[in-house]
Parts: sequence; C-alpha cells; structure tokens
Amino acid sequence: MLSSAATSITVVLIVFFLFIEGAGVFSKKPIEEGFLLAVHASNPINKLEPSQVKDIFDQKITNWKQLGGKNEPIVLFRTEDITEFYSEEELGENFEYFPAKIDEYVSKTPGVIAFFSDKYKAKDFHGKELEINKIKIFEFLSGEEWFPTAQPIAQMGVKALIYGTLWVSFGAILLALPIGLAAAIYLSEIAKKRTRNILKPLIELLAGIPSVVYGFFGLVVIVPLIQSVFGLPVGETGLAGSIVLAIMALPTIITISEDAMRTTPRAMKEASLALGASHWQTIYKVVIPYSASGITAGAILGIGRAIGETMAVLMVTGNAAIMPHTLLAPLRTIPATIAAELGEAANGGLHYQSLFALGCILFLITFCINMLVELVTNRGSHKKH
Amino acid sequence: MQKIESKGINFYYGETQALHNVSLSMKENSVTALIGPSGCGKSTYLRLLNRMNDLIDNTKMTGSILIDGQDIYEKNTNVDDLRKNVGMVFQKPNPFPKSIFENVAYGLKVNGITDKKTIEERVITSIEQVALWGEVKDKLKKSAFELSGGQQQRLCIARALAIQPSILLMDEPTSALDPISTSKIEELIYELKKQYTIVIVTHNMQQAGRVSDTTAFFYMGELIEYDKTKTIFTKPSQKQTEDYITGRFG
Ligand SMILES: Nc1ncnc2c1ncn2[C@@H]1O[C@H](COP(=O)(O)OP(=O)(O)OP(=O)(O)O)[C@@H](O)[C@H]1O
Ligand SMILES: [Mg+2]
Repeated sequence: MLSSAATSITVVLIVFFLFIEGAGVFSKKPIEEGFLLAVHASNPINKLEPSQVKDIFDQKITNWKQLGGKNEPIVLFRTEDITEFYSEEELGENFEYFPAKIDEYVSKTPGVIAFFSDKYKAKDFHGKELEINKIKIFEFLSGEEWFPTAQPIAQMGVKALIYGTLWVSFGAILLALPIGLAAAIYLSEIAKKRTRNILKPLIELLAGIPSVVYGFFGLVVIVPLIQSVFGLPVGETGLAGSIVLAIMALPTIITISEDAMRTTPRAMKEASLALGASHWQTIYKVVIPYSASGITAGAILGIGRAIGETMAVLMVTGNAAIMPHTLLAPLRTIPATIAAELGEAANGGLHYQSLFALGCILFLITFCINMLVELVTNRGSHKKH
Repeated sequence: MQKIESKGINFYYGETQALHNVSLSMKENSVTALIGPSGCGKSTYLRLLNRMNDLIDNTKMTGSILIDGQDIYEKNTNVDDLRKNVGMVFQKPNPFPKSIFENVAYGLKVNGITDKKTIEERVITSIEQVALWGEVKDKLKKSAFELSGGQQQRLCIARALAIQPSILLMDEPTSALDPISTSKIEELIYELKKQYTIVIVTHNMQQAGRVSDTTAFFYMGELIEYDKTKTIFTKPSQKQTEDYITGRFG
C-alpha cells in the first residue's frame, strides 16, 4: 500500500518534471539568445514565422512579395558578411565600428534581412527589428523539419520523428505479433514436453540480451541483407529497425502469450474437444480467447519495448530526420533522437527543452497505447466472469 | 449387436498400468454405472470411449473398442467425428466463458452448422431436454457463469446433447452438486436413456442403484464384476464387490 503510493508519487513527479521542462519550448523564441533579425525600416513586414525565416535563409523565398511585402528581392545578411562591404580599417581594430557599419548597411539596403548579435546593434539603429513568433504547439507537432541547432532559427518540427517512431514500432509489431503468436501456440499446444523444455528457457534467455548486442546483430546481418535484397543505396532503414525490434520483442511476446495460453484450464480444452471440435478449432475458439488478455499484455510489452527502444534502433535506422514515406528509407525515432542529441544540447536551452518535449510526446504515445490495452483487456475479462 | 464393445483393454500411463485386460460391453439405450474405489481406473476407462486419453502424453493402449461395430482406435478413425457421436459430461461443470446460448451453440458451430435457424432450434430443444429452459429462457445472452452449479451442469449436458450424439459419457456428473440438483440430473438420465446409451461413473451407490441398468465394479484397474445392477447390489458373486457396496472397503 505504502510502497505503491510512493511509486505512484514518484511517477507523477517524474512526469510532472518532464512536462514542465518540455513545456519550456513553447515559451521561447526559436532564435538563438542574444541575436536578432532586422529589416529595412521601410519594409512593411513586422513579424515572421520561424519556418518563413528558415525558407528565407535557405533561399526558398527570395522576394518580399512572397511574404506579402513589396516587390523587392531579399538580400541576406549575416554578421560575417560585413567584411565584404567594408575594409578592416573602416570596421575598427576591435570591431568598435561594427554597430555603426551594420546600421549603415541595413539602412541603405531596402531588401535586406540581417541576422546579427545584440551587441552589434547600434544605439540609434535605423533598421526595424523583426518580431519572431514563439514556437506554437501545432507547429511543433506538424513541422516536418528537425534542425534544432539551425542558424539563424531552430527548426523544431517533430512530425518526422513521431512518424519515424510509429512506423518502426508498427512494422516491428506487424512482424513480431504473428510470429510470436505462432511460436507461443506451437510451444503451448503442439510441441512435445521435451521440445518445450528445451526451447522455453532458450527464448527466455534471449530477452536478457542487451539491446546493443541486437543492434550489432542488426548492423552486421540485417542491414547488409536489406541493402542487397531490395537493392538500396543504404541498408540502414526503418525496416532494419523494425526487424531488429521485432526480434527483440519476440521473447517477451512469446513467453507472456505462452504462459497465458497454458493457463487455459484443461477442462475448457477438453470440453471443446469432447464436442467434436478439432485441435485447431480448440486453439482458435478456446485457447486464444481465453488467453487474449495475456496475449495483449505480451504484445503491449513488446510494443512498449519497441517504442521506447533506443540503442538498437539508433544503430540500424540511419537516423535521418525526414518524413518517412516507406520503411525502405532511413528514418529517425524519438528515443534515438533524445539519446543522440541530449549530450550536446546546452542545459536549459531551447534544444534541451525540445528534447524534453519529445520525451513528453513519447510518454503520451505509450500512455495512450496502455490505455487502449486496458480498455481491450477489460472488455475481454468482463466476459469471463 | 452391442452398442459399445471393449475387448481385452490394457492401458498404461507411461510405465504404470492403469487398466488390466478389461472387457466390457453395453447395450443400446441402457445406462451402465462404473463404480469402484478412487484410482481404480473408472475415468481412465470412460475416457477411452471418446479417445480423450489421446490428449495425455506418453500413454499406450492395447485391445480394442468397438462402437456400432467400428473399431474406434483404428488408424483411419476420425476422432472429431467419434467425439461428435460420443458426448461427454465432466465431473465439474465446465461451461465456456461465453453466453448460455453460445455454450450450447458451440458444438454445432464447430461442426460446421452455420444456419442460424437450425442452430437456434437445436439450442432450444437441447436446453428443453435438460429441463433448463424455464430457468434460462430470459437470459440466454447472459454469461453461463451466472448460473448455479447444478444449472451449469445441466447446461453442459445440453451442450453435449445439441450435437446429437448416440452415446453419453458422464464422469461423476453430480459429485459437485447439491441433492436437489442431483435428483434433477438423475431424472434427466432416466429420460435420456430412451434415446441415448449412457455410461456413468459414480461414487454414489444409491445413484448407481437408481439410474443404471447394469453396473461394472472396478478394482485396481481390473474389472471385477459386471452384471445387472439389481444383481450387483443384491447378490454380487465376488467378495470384493460385496465389501465395496456394503462400505466395508478401503
Ligand atoms: N494423467 C495421468 N497420468 C498418470 N497417471 C494417471 C493419470 N490419470 C490417472 N492416472 C492414474 O491412473 C489410475 C486410474 O486413475 P483414474 O482417474 O482412472 O481413477 P478413477 O477410478 O477415475 O478415480 P476417481 O474415482 O478418484 O476419479 C490412478 O492410479 C491414477 O493415479
Ligand atoms: Mg475419476
């Protein structure tokens, strides 16, 4: 009682902390701290979305009229570009004339968009500082670009990562569930006692292998195999991740479903057989329904492992943060992203917080799955009593 | 011709022999009681008649069992069909975790009957046959577990009857039931005798006396005596039989 209360409180605290930290993303501007974006004073545009800024600097947007402004080609300007326009003497030995020169340059270039540090902003700056919107939750979720350290503006679109996670996990379950179920049926209903006594411990052993080892296996065996079978330029694909995860989830699925199937009372099976049902009909109509909640639990724990799995997936999926359109392309999952990037993200910074926000999303996904399972198994067990 | 005819049956669980040279025949539309002390092989024998022992690993049988003149242990016997013909009711009521209706319909469905009307008719007839209709007709959709033990057992009998077997095996069908439920089932057995050949295992001597036409007494895996029930209970020819039925035994 006490320990379960303590556990619940701890879990709630962890989740609370996770969400507080993750929510920080939405209270910050995606522009690096201490920097600003400015345009010519006559430019009618006051405000830009993060994605628009990115498109401008990627030169996908080249004219202000595309943004609803004047017909004026956009001129990009970064701090270091100043040396193209002014000599070193003009800028001063210690860059003391930087602010004045930047101001001068911005003032005489109507189409300019300038990205520079606050400390180079002249006291009487003649340009117009652009307002940058905060990251909106919707943008965060629907954005397809994940460049959390991009200059001048970080791109925090997690859609590709969410999809990557779901694709890999879904593929893994699609592979693992039928195989796991078949193996469980074989072990519990068909295999001779001796065969079972050999196989079961072996399978249980597989569950204890560290995921890095599975990752290595995937890298050495599955990745090259996929590359040659499908004739791909690279074998590091979502499919490789799915296969490795499926292999990892199998022992869990098999052991738990098999245990559940073996709890089917003998009386139930005999009742079915005595009515002239065949062995397979009995498996299908009695054993599987009877162990449905156990099978679901096994599948969930399998999925749970798949969705939260980090190392193995990191090693074999290629980690390209792009929208997956096929399992035969590299993709990137949420856990892999967190694992790969947390080390290099500045503590408390935007990038850091965005990784926590990713953690929240991961948490919500698994939470929803668990709720779903709870619903399904409850309905199942309700029938039993 | 006898309905069931077993000849020289030996049965082994692994190394242990559970039945020794048992020969026993039953007439059509008769009730045969199998009696004897615990562990003497009654259930083992009964379960041979619908090949239920096939499910147990590492068993062996010699001898032959004929039903309607057909050797049921012949290589090309269809076991599923055999079990359709030889229904079984177990010691403990074992309804499926399904509705009352679905429990009875189960056997029909697995035997390939898909016509809804046929299924419904047969379900109703079977439930009526076991005198359960009045008690369950308003809750056919309810779980079978909501019934009392006695009702569950009658439901299990109905389930067995639904697929229209010609033989009904019952392994201590009333041992888990109260006296009223027990007498209901005994009446039922008496009714069913008209259409079915019944083999019943029981520890209850009165029950054997009440419901059966013939009685077989087993002891330590051997068939000690087999005769008309009246004879067995009034003037048994074997001392062991007499000791057992008078309660001077084990
Ligand atoms: N599955 C089994 N595996 C091994 N031995 C078994 C098995 N089932 C029964 N036996 C043995 O076979 C013998 C006969 O058992 P059986 O169940 O036929 O007795 P029974 O007459 O039905 O007894 P009871 O009245 O207690 O039900 C017993 O010695 C029992 O231990
Ligand atoms: Mg028994």
